[in-house]
Amino acid sequence: MTTFFQVILDGLLSGMLYALVAAGLSLIWGVMDVINFAHGEFLMVAMYVSYWLGFLMNVDPLVSWAASAVFLFIIGALTYRLIIKNTIGKSAMSALLATFGLSMLLKNVCLNRFSPNFRILGETILGGKTITLGGLIFPLPQLVTGVFALVVIFILYYVIKKTRLGWAIQASAMDKEAAELMGIDTEKIYLLVFGLGGACVGVAGGLLPSYLAIHPEVGGLFSLLAFVCVALGGFGSIPGALLAALLIGVVESLSGFYIAPVFKYVAVFGLYLAVIIVRPKGLFGW
Amino acid sequence: MALLEIRDLTMKFGSLVANDRVSFEIEEGGIVGLIGPNGAGKTTLFNCISGFYRPTSGAVLFDGNDITDAPAYKVARLGAVRTFQIVHPLKDMTVLDNVMVGASLRDKNMKKAMDIALRCLDWCNLADLASFPAGDLTIGQKKRLEMSRALATEPKLLMLDEAMAGLTSTEVRHSVDLLRKIRERGITLLVVEHIMEAIMPVADKMVVLDGGIKIAEGSPHEIIEDEKVIAAYFGEKFSKRLKNAKEAEKNG
Amino acid sequence: MLANNKRFAGKDMVLAGVIALFAVLPLIPGVLASSFTKHVFILLLLFAAMSQSWNIIGGYCGQVSFGHSVFFGIGAYGAGMAVVRFGMTPWPGALIGALLAAAVAVLISWPCFRLKGHYFAIATFAIVEIFNRLFMVWYWVGGAIGLDYSIMDQGWKNFTWYDSKNGYYYGALGLFAIIFGVVRWMEKNRMGYYLRAVREGQETAESLGVNSSRTKLAAMGLSAFLAALCGAFFAQYNYRVDPPMVMSLDMSMKFVLITILGGSGSLFGPLLGAAVLIPLQEYSRALWGGLGGGLDLILFGLLIIVVVVKQPKGIMGILTSFFRRRLGRPGKGDDRHGAS
Repeated sequence: MTTFFQVILDGLLSGMLYALVAAGLSLIWGVMDVINFAHGEFLMVAMYVSYWLGFLMNVDPLVSWAASAVFLFIIGALTYRLIIKNTIGKSAMSALLATFGLSMLLKNVCLNRFSPNFRILGETILGGKTITLGGLIFPLPQLVTGVFALVVIFILYYVIKKTRLGWAIQASAMDKEAAELMGIDTEKIYLLVFGLGGACVGVAGGLLPSYLAIHPEVGGLFSLLAFVCVALGGFGSIPGALLAALLIGVVESLSGFYIAPVFKYVAVFGLYLAVIIVRPKGLFGW
Repeated sequence: MALLEIRDLTMKFGSLVANDRVSFEIEEGGIVGLIGPNGAGKTTLFNCISGFYRPTSGAVLFDGNDITDAPAYKVARLGAVRTFQIVHPLKDMTVLDNVMVGASLRDKNMKKAMDIALRCLDWCNLADLASFPAGDLTIGQKKRLEMSRALATEPKLLMLDEAMAGLTSTEVRHSVDLLRKIRERGITLLVVEHIMEAIMPVADKMVVLDGGIKIAEGSPHEIIEDEKVIAAYFGEKFSKRLKNAKEAEKNG
Repeated sequence: MLANNKRFAGKDMVLAGVIALFAVLPLIPGVLASSFTKHVFILLLLFAAMSQSWNIIGGYCGQVSFGHSVFFGIGAYGAGMAVVRFGMTPWPGALIGALLAAAVAVLISWPCFRLKGHYFAIATFAIVEIFNRLFMVWYWVGGAIGLDYSIMDQGWKNFTWYDSKNGYYYGALGLFAIIFGVVRWMEKNRMGYYLRAVREGQETAESLGVNSSRTKLAAMGLSAFLAALCGAFFAQYNYRVDPPMVMSLDMSMKFVLITILGGSGSLFGPLLGAAVLIPLQEYSRALWGGLGGGLDLILFGLLIIVVVVKQPKGIMGILTSFFRRRLGRPGKGDDRHGAS
């Protein structure tokens, strides 16, 4: 029985990580109707930033997440300014394909500069440590990442729902022209949103070297999982993305343990298809 | 037997009743005008008839077929074709290709369909624009394209939703002539309009909706005098004043 | 209208000319001298054909699916299974694979076509990933190892050659001719008009009597059938099949990118896209790829970004606006107007 709860717990912890990655994507999709295919590669870049800070300057991921977040904010903003801005108004696929090109670019630049070798940070504050509570093992890095995830998502949600900036963001999301007529600088909003999306992923990537190996291909699967979380949760809903992410984490964990590891993603993607056919707008989409 | 029969048609969106037990008939070969203030439920009615909405209750019978629950493409195939209030040109296709989509409904033979398409373009004065992308046209041209495309399907009933909106007065006059020509070819017309000088002179019958209910039906002369119609457009007060003024005139 | 009929014939002639040119190329001494050049051309023709089959549903009909590698893979496995498991020639395997692919396509698409925009795209990602993993663990089709061909007699019967690439070349050209021919036929017929109408405005199309569901499913089935034939060829060319080779998201993206780069929804788009991307891919892989540098892919990525951002109508878009300015033809649009 404890095994069962352990599996669920592991799933929830994974889910929280996915939620953090997906939150940024959900924000971008909700406001600009853009799928950032390079989202997983943003994560990969964040991991490398954190890794190099740790490897070269002995900065622990618990601190370097901030640097990753800032760096990815900039990357996000640049992506918007140089690429996405030119695809708005063009076909829906433009942004997706352009960001696919970006993902290819980022992945192979890192491959070229850093080699395909898996890298691991030797000694981190949290690495390898666990807490045992009620018979369940809580791996510390994942737990801390999960806490960060919840905090970031909460802050994000609060900003969007309760602050004037957030209302401006919502307005731009619902009707760009109307928002502009109300005096909202939608250009700045879009820039900010893409930056924030990057920053969220930056936080996640910054913390990950505590327990995940870093390599150029690590982003691919995270991208797909993030897409599925956001779509499953529903267009424009950050709480939806959180719920979907937790659900996906648990399904992944359960199917991996009780059926077979290779079925993890068959189950996850199968879940997406099953839900979306019944509810074509996701769980909470509008 | 009437070409189109609407029986107690009701369309509800949650608790909002957009069409409330609307009933009327359209005989073959006429022009029927459907008017009423904004929000009266005219476009909703169109959507119910043409298969884009499924009515909450009631029935729609067309040419002997029950099309109440029929999907849009089936209704079009049976010969009841509608245009849209906000024009929907197939933007990245040429004007000719747009009309070909309509023309190929009746004839799979592309040569024959092409003949139909070119004829319809001629009718609507669009022949010169045949190889232009539809998205590049002016609003007046787009409206003519909408009509031309619908005509190419060789319908029995053509339903026009505010086809005159946004046109210059010259364009309106041309459109009215086109309506007459269409009727001459034996196509029945159901026309939603706000521009009275366009519909009044040509319509055989008018149906007036207000707040989802049919409040009047009759010839253009009749409904102009109808106090409910006047109330709907100008308000209760004015309607009463007008009525009183008329009676005073009659009595001396 | 005379002008239209002239342009009708024009496209047919260009297509026939292109096919004739490719047919004659190996006969001209010195042009396709090296085996590597032949290899590049074979892949060019194959990927052009493959992308054209995607073009039917993704370009003309506007339903951008990233799942086509599934159909490509089913075709590849069809041929592979026929040869390796059943000891037959690949031809029946290819046919069965194609029919199976069409059936799978229609079955899966039917619920998926209800999804709008990004939801649909993501569903197609999900489908590729699911199939990929299922084939990895399916013992009967070889699992993760896949199917390896043993040596067999060369020739058209087995569609296998070892000494020369000429058989493969003409095989690829045949496939190219068939698929491009089918799409050209479709352009001129009602299906072409209906596909584009569904792309430009599904509701509008319905109001004109187009059964959009049936149209999309028919396009999907046809597209999958043709894609599977390409997959069968690929298996024969590589003497093997395995899941990452044929049923991967990367492979799917290639078909999409080639078509978009060349000009989606146009007849020659897939050829133009393949003509740029395949030589780029093969030559840069030969030059740099071996160093593990991924430089070829960096170039790829940049090219994709630039094209998508600057000219979303692809190479065809660049060509037609160029000619439009020169010849003063009407309209601001491009030439992807089907038959005319």
